[in-house]
Amino acid sequence: MTFNRRSGLACALLAAAASALVSEPAFAQAKEQFFPVLVYRTGPYAPNGVPFANGYVDYLKLVNARDGGINGIRVSFEECETGYATDRGVECYERLKGKGPTGATAFHPLSTGITFAVTDKSFNDKIPIITGGYGRADSVDGTVFGWNFPLGGTYWDAADILVQHVGKKEGGLDKLKGKKIALVYHDSPYGKEPIALLQERAKMHGYDLQLLPVTHPGVEQKATWLQIRQNRPDYVFLWGWGVMNSTSIKEAIATGYPRDKMYGVWWSGAEPDVTPAGDGAKGYNALVFLAPAGQGQVHKDIVRHVYDKGQGAGKKEEIGDVLYNRGLTAAMMTVEAVKRAQVKYGKKPLTGEQVRWGLENLSIDEAAIKKLGFTGFMTPVSTSCVDHAGARTATIHTWDGKKWNLQKDVYVADQSIIKPMIRTSAEKYAQEKKLTKRDCAKESQ
Amino acid sequence: MIYRENGQFKSTYRADLQMLPMLQDRVFMAAFVAFAFLAVPFFASNYLFLSLLIPFLILTLAAIGLNLLVGYCGQISIGHAAFMAVGAYAAYNLVLRVPWLNFLVVLVLAGFIAAAAGMLFGIPSLRIKGLYLAVATLAAQFFTDWLFARVKWFTDYAHSGSVSPAPVELFGWRVDTPVEKYLFLLGVLVVFTLLAKNLTRGHLGRAWMATRDMDVAAEVIGIRPIYAKLTAFGVSAFYCGVAGALWGFVHLGSWEPLAFNLTLSLNLLFMIIIGGMGSILGAYYGAAFIVVLPILLNQVPQWLGVPLSTATASHLEFMIFGALIVLFLILEPHGLARLWAIGKEKLRLWPFPH
Repeated sequence: MTFNRRSGLACALLAAAASALVSEPAFAQAKEQFFPVLVYRTGPYAPNGVPFANGYVDYLKLVNARDGGINGIRVSFEECETGYATDRGVECYERLKGKGPTGATAFHPLSTGITFAVTDKSFNDKIPIITGGYGRADSVDGTVFGWNFPLGGTYWDAADILVQHVGKKEGGLDKLKGKKIALVYHDSPYGKEPIALLQERAKMHGYDLQLLPVTHPGVEQKATWLQIRQNRPDYVFLWGWGVMNSTSIKEAIATGYPRDKMYGVWWSGAEPDVTPAGDGAKGYNALVFLAPAGQGQVHKDIVRHVYDKGQGAGKKEEIGDVLYNRGLTAAMMTVEAVKRAQVKYGKKPLTGEQVRWGLENLSIDEAAIKKLGFTGFMTPVSTSCVDHAGARTATIHTWDGKKWNLQKDVYVADQSIIKPMIRTSAEKYAQEKKLTKRDCAKESQ
Repeated sequence: MIYRENGQFKSTYRADLQMLPMLQDRVFMAAFVAFAFLAVPFFASNYLFLSLLIPFLILTLAAIGLNLLVGYCGQISIGHAAFMAVGAYAAYNLVLRVPWLNFLVVLVLAGFIAAAAGMLFGIPSLRIKGLYLAVATLAAQFFTDWLFARVKWFTDYAHSGSVSPAPVELFGWRVDTPVEKYLFLLGVLVVFTLLAKNLTRGHLGRAWMATRDMDVAAEVIGIRPIYAKLTAFGVSAFYCGVAGALWGFVHLGSWEPLAFNLTLSLNLLFMIIIGGMGSILGAYYGAAFIVVLPILLNQVPQWLGVPLSTATASHLEFMIFGALIVLFLILEPHGLARLWAIGKEKLRLWPFPH
């Protein structure tokens, strides 16, 4: 008896597994636009991964509940847990890329490692990889990286703006000569991305750049901060993620390094990074690309249409946190790209290739931001086939112990430095991969 | 009844020495290989290829390599991902700097470079044994982690330390689609499996096994430990080097030193412990267990239509996976390959067990 039951279950499992593995999803589906969602709700990066995922998913739910989908095309989505691991991320990508009637709309890998790995696959699969504010800095160049969209800016923009900001604080970029800047970075492609630009700027302004890598996941930083204690750099740039950020701030407190001399990249400037350090985190600064913390019309809509119906992905109190808003804007830009592409291809489920056209012709101006309810935490983005970033402005925000406060100055990354670097780096990639470059002038016709 | 050698007479020494002495085994193996080469490409989905079969094939190759060292020669290593890294970066640099080389040549050269590294890090095995050696092999892991992250020449001065080589090309054949990748890897794996199986049956394998079982006795009967141990390290690292090059070029396409971290080393070791030490077949079972099972477990709730949150499904995956490892080790400490062997012995007596 027990044997039968057991083998029955085993058979069911096997059959389920076989059907899921063997057949491509060939059955007819409703008119839906499928959004794959790569998340990490477990592991050392979960404190930062969860709010982003919640924001992303909540916005998709809002689009269905409030607008009845994107121009009548309902949004369907599925989450896949990557744990911030590259191999599992690639597995998730493969798992989700073919789902839905037209395949995946676009991926947000939320990990530079996964971005590097799936970039390679995007050329064959023809699915956009959106890396808003992260990913490869050289992927701004749409002629080489046809499928990558670092919407809103890259790490080179971020590093550039941080240098501009500390230059301004010193009273001019030329005053940086002889100053010491330490970069405390996550020892992975993510953390290494800004180095090239910081070195370039160091050559121009003559500051001394110290590179201090921290191994994954970043809970052990005693040696790093000992070096900071010895060298006493004038500024510390923090390029961490997950538990590494809060550890850095705690170590800064322990070594007595002033928090107001610390600048995080925009992935090192959210609530989970500063709250574990308590009051000591006061004065810590971080970069903001698109979305600072706060609430707007869209949050009210989310509360009304999603949370009041018990459909929310997270807790109501966490709506409006920095990373939540970032997930929200990421979803919004993707949905807007679909809307844009629908103008050209018609109101039907679109393929990744069609969505790419939308992403390349995205134009979210102030009026659109207002209409979408994102006023106050979104900068205008306007992309083209050549420029896949669409914006590179940022501000700095400071933690006052309770909340993040935006500083007034708005910075634009200096393209005269970054553009040549992008060109060289993208050329090199194209050469290594033996890629043929796209001709944007031809495609726009 | 069906699985007996009745009536199969061997009249030559050659016939007596063949790899699969029973006709049934030979037929089954031939049918299985034919199935893998001819049938699988027709029904498997891209997902199955890219996410399960390709990693499985490559890690099997690496596990075979590690098994030669740990299972056959008795030298524990917990740093074998290091040799995969050496192989991967060696292949990357060969392709980059000597672009006219055929990829198969690159693969073999990468293997040899990894073998040299393996022999270098195998030198401590001449003086230390067991757990002490295991700790010493960790040095290989940390050294390569440091080397490929810090010495920019190896990554061609890539600004983020991530390298991305061109797709593999063989005699004008671009190994690009999932099916092509699968067939290519399967071919490589079959060749290397045959090689490994025969190595272990030859004088080298016997020397390894003698060293494993009792090194003093082996020395007394004339096996030089320096030769046995260093060849084991060399061959093992060669396999891992080839596997590493394939992992980078065929599976990942673009990688950073983290792709070959300690976790991978430990996973390789778990593969051979769970699959069966001192068994080529065990490497296959172990790789399947470690690679495929977590991914399947992660998706089971969804297939069954159980609405679980992503986080819960992920936690469940860890718990069940861990429990299964413990369960298998309790049920059969000699690994899955031993279970298979027991099954075969039972089948010989079936249907009249005594």
